[in-house]
Amino acid sequence: MNDTTAVTSNERGSRTDTAMNERGSRTDAATNERGSRTDAASRDPRRSDAALIPPVDVIEDSKGITLLADLPGVPKDKLTLHVESDTLTITGEVSLPLTDGIEATYAEVSVPRFRRVFTLSKELDTGKVSAELKHGVLTLRIPKAEHAQPRRIDIKVS
Amino acid sequence: MYQSLFSRDLFAELDRLQREARDAFDLSPSIRGLGRGGFPALNVGSTPQSVEIFAFAPGLDPKSVEVNLDRGVLTIAGERQAELPPEENGKEVIHINERFGGRFRRVLSLSDDVDPNAVSADYRDGVLHISAKRRESAQPRRISVQ
Repeated sequence: MNDTTAVTSNERGSRTDTAMNERGSRTDAATNERGSRTDAASRDPRRSDAALIPPVDVIEDSKGITLLADLPGVPKDKLTLHVESDTLTITGEVSLPLTDGIEATYAEVSVPRFRRVFTLSKELDTGKVSAELKHGVLTLRIPKAEHAQPRRIDIKVS
Repeated sequence: MYQSLFSRDLFAELDRLQREARDAFDLSPSIRGLGRGGFPALNVGSTPQSVEIFAFAPGLDPKSVEVNLDRGVLTIAGERQAELPPEENGKEVIHINERFGGRFRRVLSLSDDVDPNAVSADYRDGVLHISAKRRESAQPRRISVQ
């Protein structure tokens, strides 16, 4: 791995340390996502839905929770947000402008898919989630239900 | 050093461990530092006509990204502002803090046949795409026999 920052394009074909070649003949690396992904999926069902875990920031204030997730390369129409009971699932497919005949020489993003699952808590109002995707960053705002917002409880002294 | 950008599953984690072990015992790292695991993550692809570099750098102001090519060495540098609230304001609580914030720089050397005057870059969906054309003289050509 002494040459990872010095990938020259004429090494193609002979490199064995790209993520694509790490586990046999993976063909679904992000720079090579066309091709035989379905073949790979049918060969090895356990690996077919492999996904990257996007890094997130989660910030809570008195009104709700803000979640920021890095989803580079995911266009708006390939992003899915799914809430089912108390589970939030973020799924995104990476879509890169690939030219014909491209061969990956080096890949750090080796799977063209992001997925992350969060368990929500019941004071969050999942019906009022708002989402924004800008420059590959997803911003989710999950407000707390009205009745769950904090209020100060006075202590009566008798 | 910024920790691994993405972890994905057990197989990938084992790969990573193996790679890190190999890096640790590597007696000749690249002169510009270790390769993998920085921000932004890089993918490099090539075609007979060009070299295509994809830098996964979400949440940047495209104007603030510097892309330089100097004697075949391509540098991608910039800064990503942390969007986290200041710790001490007391109203907000940070539960998870994994996203990168701060200055970054990644360097890679391109092959000799790249034409430094034919490099273009665009930024879309948080991916910086740099396309470097190869020189005309380096293109494969069929030579006809007279």
